[in-house]
Amino acid sequence: MAPILDIKNLYKSYGPVEILKDINVSIEPGDFLVLVGPSGCGKSTLLNCIAGLEPITGGTLSIGGNDMTHVSPKDRDIAMVFQSYALYPTMSVAKNITFGMKVRGEDAATQEAKLKEVAAQLQIEQLLNRRPGQLSGGQRQRVAMGRALVRDPKLFLFDEPLSNLDAKLRVEMRSEIKKLHQTLGASMVYVTHDQIEAMTLATKIVVMKGGVIQQIGTPAEIYNTPANLFVADFMGSPAMNLIPAKTRKAGADTVLDIARADGASMQLRDHRALDLPADVLVGLRPEDIAESGFRAGADVQEAECLVDMVEPAGADTYVTSYLGGKQVTARLHAETSAQAGQPLSLAFDLGKVSYFSPSTGERLN
Amino acid sequence: MTDTSMSSPAHSTSKGTGANLSKIALRWGLYLILGLFALYYLMPLFVMLTTSLKSLEEIRTGSLMALPREVTFDAWATAWSGACTGIQCEGLRPYFWNSVLIAIPAVALSTLLGALNGYVIAHWKFKGANLIFSLMLFGCFIPFQVVLLPMARVLGLMGLAGSIPGLIFVHVIYGLGFTTLFFRNYYVTIPAELTKAAKVDGASFLRIFRSIFLPLSLPIIVVTVIWQFTQIWNDFLFGVSFSQAGTQPITVALNNIVNSTTGVKEYNVDMAAAIIAGLPTLFVYVVAGKYFIRGLTAGSVKG
Ligand SMILES: Nc1ncnc2c1ncn2[C@@H]1O[C@H](COP(=O)(O)OP(=O)(O)OP(=O)(O)O)[C@@H](O)[C@H]1O
Ligand SMILES: [Mg+2]
Repeated sequence: MAPILDIKNLYKSYGPVEILKDINVSIEPGDFLVLVGPSGCGKSTLLNCIAGLEPITGGTLSIGGNDMTHVSPKDRDIAMVFQSYALYPTMSVAKNITFGMKVRGEDAATQEAKLKEVAAQLQIEQLLNRRPGQLSGGQRQRVAMGRALVRDPKLFLFDEPLSNLDAKLRVEMRSEIKKLHQTLGASMVYVTHDQIEAMTLATKIVVMKGGVIQQIGTPAEIYNTPANLFVADFMGSPAMNLIPAKTRKAGADTVLDIARADGASMQLRDHRALDLPADVLVGLRPEDIAESGFRAGADVQEAECLVDMVEPAGADTYVTSYLGGKQVTARLHAETSAQAGQPLSLAFDLGKVSYFSPSTGERLN
Repeated sequence: MTDTSMSSPAHSTSKGTGANLSKIALRWGLYLILGLFALYYLMPLFVMLTTSLKSLEEIRTGSLMALPREVTFDAWATAWSGACTGIQCEGLRPYFWNSVLIAIPAVALSTLLGALNGYVIAHWKFKGANLIFSLMLFGCFIPFQVVLLPMARVLGLMGLAGSIPGLIFVHVIYGLGFTTLFFRNYYVTIPAELTKAAKVDGASFLRIFRSIFLPLSLPIIVVTVIWQFTQIWNDFLFGVSFSQAGTQPITVALNNIVNSTTGVKEYNVDMAAAIIAGLPTLFVYVVAGKYFIRGLTAGSVKG
């Protein structure tokens, strides 16, 4: 089956400023692609290019197997939710939602039925006669969603559609979107700043920085095997620990020397055959460092560390220690006996470790 | 009227009372000066009105500032339908209708075209859009005397010389600079996402204009209509240059009435005619003035 969206070597400049550089993305029908990246990295610009609202400077773009590089937005069979909502200020909520159907010449009964359905789904039935100016930010955002949901396009484009909702509504809407995706089998491109949204919704995540794609992969791939330091640091909260270490060979093993706060160094042994340079950054997620005795496995290595801070957070307790001159966070169980200023034996799960080059930032294993 | 200095008498010491007194004096002084200015500006209108209601006999014998002893509307009737504008003596009536026939289509067309221009320049950026806009702005500042001869030639080539459609054409062309400027400046405050959303919804160029931009435009339409109507109704130069007997606008006819009377000067008729010529613009201001101020100050539209 042809990919529903296929972007090849896409470049986009505003005048002399290059905003998007050599973007290559393709998604299969039913894929849920989530775009993440820091503010200003070009996510909205990419959506605009996919929608045909901004001409692209180079490359090609096809939707549903047809070349769309020079096709106007209305012929691309897409629906879009804008970051700024872009509701029509002089139309009522109902008119806003049905405008597209009216333009496309659908009959009044269909319009009415679709409107009812979507209004119920988004909990905006009582707002249908209001103008956008009389709505709160979250209500506007839901109306903007409604405008897209009344359609049945090849591709949905969402630009941070839940950013203004309260926590409860956001969770509800998130599962609505997930349901929508699963029942309709609709293909989506979705921009968000919310890590949980990205992880729970995506079948595929694209991490961008400065207009360049850093990594494309499933949520698990992005989370477990980040392609470089930027992705490692950007995805996950609290962020992945990046511990400076020296390596040396000991038979088939690789020994990691990590400086501790007391000046002495601690050793971790990785039993896998690796070819690492002398200096590396050891990337370990907080949940891959446990209290000794709570994690078992061939790749688990234990070492004594000095506890710097203990932060209970309900279900877990976060414990920090200085390793390799960096603050390292470990996620322990809630009943841990760890105390600030006391040594504690920690278990490092090297089966989950990522190694990065300190100079290039690229992944080494 | 509120006077904040009077609202706390409990605190006023003798020194404070003195300050209050001088404040009140200042205020009344201001009112006096403003009143004098208002009087000064209203004086000509007063003289025009009273003179137009007097008989010629009374004008000759009485004082300029005096109220009419006997109110008569004869002068108004003459000005409307009997005064001579040269060899014909039909009053202002036919010319008034000429002006209406010129002003209404010209105002409507130049406003509509200005709205379309502004919409394109603000929301459908194309190569050279800024240059075209600058050139149109430049057009606002060309003195009309400069274009009289070329325009006469163009009208002649188009076969519109001396006709009312010709005058409409001229007013539309020379109004476009301003109307485009008004609408463009208004439409740039409308977020570009609105156009984008409508494009994704499948709306065409004209559909977006009609369904999204026009409904937002009432304030700026009012401003433009007032501006254009005043310009076109009061125009004399184009009217006198590009018309012929039978197609002259009211301003030209007024000039002819005032200048072509032989023998006794009928001041009362002249005054009545001048007031009649000015009434429509006055009417437009009164009806639409409220929106005018609102349109000039109201800016951004939240999306
Ligand atoms: N019309 C434009 N002209 C020039 N530069 C632009 C234009 N629109 C966007 N940019 C620039 O392009 C870059 C990417 O913008 P974009 O809106 O795509 O960022 P984003 O990733 O969506 O950010 P955010 O998360 O804050 O929404 C920014 O540096 C921005 O300044
Ligand atoms: Mg954005």
